[in-house]
Amino acid sequence: MTSPLIVARDVEKIYKMGETEVHALNGVTVDIQDGEYVAIMGPSGSGKSTFMNLLGALDAPTRGSMTINGKDLAAQTPEQLAKFRGGTIGFVFQQYHLLPRTPAIENVELPLLYAGVPADARRERAAARLNQVGLGDRMDHLPSQLSGGQQQRVAIARALANDPRIVLADEPTGALDSKTSEEIMDLFENLNAEGMTLIVVTHEADVAARAKRRLTFRDGKLVEDDR
Amino acid sequence: MTPLASLKVALRALRVNALRSVLAMLGVIIGVGSVIVMVSISAGAKKAVEDQISSLGTNMLILRPGADFRGGRSGGAGSADPFTDDDVEALVAEVPAVNAAAGRENGSGNLVANGVNWSSGVEGVGEQYIEIRDWNVADGRNFYASEVRSSAKVAVVGQTIVDQLFGGAPAIGARVRINNVPFEIVGIMEVKGTSSRGQDEDDVVFVPISTARQRLFGGRQTVRDAVGSIYVEVAAGANMAAAQAEIEDLLRVRRDIAPGADDDFRVFDLADFIRARNETESQLGLLLAATAVISLVVGGIGIMNIMLVSVTERTREIGLRLAVGARRRDVRDQFLTEAVVLCLTGGLLGLILGAAGTMAIAAGGEFPVMINPLMVAIAIGSSAFVGVAFGFYPAHRASRMNPIEALRFE
Repeated sequence: MTSPLIVARDVEKIYKMGETEVHALNGVTVDIQDGEYVAIMGPSGSGKSTFMNLLGALDAPTRGSMTINGKDLAAQTPEQLAKFRGGTIGFVFQQYHLLPRTPAIENVELPLLYAGVPADARRERAAARLNQVGLGDRMDHLPSQLSGGQQQRVAIARALANDPRIVLADEPTGALDSKTSEEIMDLFENLNAEGMTLIVVTHEADVAARAKRRLTFRDGKLVEDDR
Repeated sequence: MTPLASLKVALRALRVNALRSVLAMLGVIIGVGSVIVMVSISAGAKKAVEDQISSLGTNMLILRPGADFRGGRSGGAGSADPFTDDDVEALVAEVPAVNAAAGRENGSGNLVANGVNWSSGVEGVGEQYIEIRDWNVADGRNFYASEVRSSAKVAVVGQTIVDQLFGGAPAIGARVRINNVPFEIVGIMEVKGTSSRGQDEDDVVFVPISTARQRLFGGRQTVRDAVGSIYVEVAAGANMAAAQAEIEDLLRVRRDIAPGADDDFRVFDLADFIRARNETESQLGLLLAATAVISLVVGGIGIMNIMLVSVTERTREIGLRLAVGARRRDVRDQFLTEAVVLCLTGGLLGLILGAAGTMAIAAGGEFPVMINPLMVAIAIGSSAFVGVAFGFYPAHRASRMNPIEALRFE
């Protein structure tokens, strides 16, 4: 059996809030295999967002180790971490975080820009991703000219642009109505069917129900691992 | 990210807030504009001084009688006895460093020719005067030494006289009556134009000093062969100060001044005066340059302020860029590019403004100015420098942001 894509061992994260220390994560150990579709659940303050940030190398654990795609994140230089975020991970956020006043296609090109892909190839790959999410006819629209669901699909196209190993989605349907949420979740399901590893942070039970595995966090601990 | 891509991002960001961008640039526009105006004024002033020195002749001394003290009362400048023709000859004969010397008596005259009349300055001078002044006869000839000795009624005139009396027609050999005395025009001076003091230097008539004394200004002679002032040309390469000392010694003997008593004449080195004035002017230029630099700094602070606002406003964008693979250096370079583009645009507008201001001053004619290509280099160089110097801190701050906090920023 191949080694897991994500290996988290005794991960702790402590934030200092002035004098007091907050244990956001308190010894989390979990493996996630390539091609899994995982939902991370838990009430707010449970540590699920913190865990997500560690998975995305946006933050580093206080103790314990994170190995993703064979790389120990603690051993990486800041340059290597930037490359890791751009190349191995694709982020999808609740608030979409599209650049305003920038056409959809240029938003999708952004990770490719930092990866140093030449302009022609950038445009071609971004267009392919927009087609994949069903927005082939909206490439030159500005985010303000798109609906919430369409904006989130642009954000998903952006997450996919650089062919990542893992897509991390933080409350991807939190700002969408239920019908649009369904469409986004269908899109995720198709991606997973094609082999993409998907990790979705959510507090909505029906979103979590579509994942194949559910990790539940409480008080900084992984309390339930339901396959 | 490539510099070209950074430039595109920067241009888009600046276009989005066009009015704010222009207002932020204003300080740089004014700063660069004023630097350019200052530089052109001081370059113009410097050139004017150089022109003045070369138009006077760089190794020329002017001798004038000084104040006469009688009964403890000063008679004021020029009240002492005038020099004489003998003094002029003695200077050439006895001071080796003196190349040439010429006396000068000046006054004014009423000129009539062709039924037209014109009032002008008339200078009675020795035949070497024109050469000492480093001036040339353009047409015809200077008068000869023999004509000075024989008090010939010949005149060399400036171009303005030709224009006024003859309407620009050939005037060599023509007659002109100066204070009712008929003179023959033998030469026309090279055009010199307007002096830095605004005087028309071509509105002048030269006649032999002897003729001037006898025929034109005769009424006021108190001493035989009087010479109001002497123009001396010191040999090229000779020490001006040493020559001046020798001249003073000779004149003290000739004028019977007791040892220890004050000179009753003065020796002027005009180039020296001009150089001194030049120094004052260059100090003034320094002050103006300092003012311009201060306004550039103020402009830079404006840029820094707007860049800090921009960084704060775009916190989430920075977080997103870091999340999709931007290195800290990419973020820093992006904001630095934006600041430099802002400043360079301001610098170009300042250049246009400064050039327009300089031309307006040139057209006004109050100050001598000089427009040169150096200004473009100054405008671009100083604005790019301001962009980097004042854009660095905001850009650095942007690059140090924590991506998680930046993404959550409301």
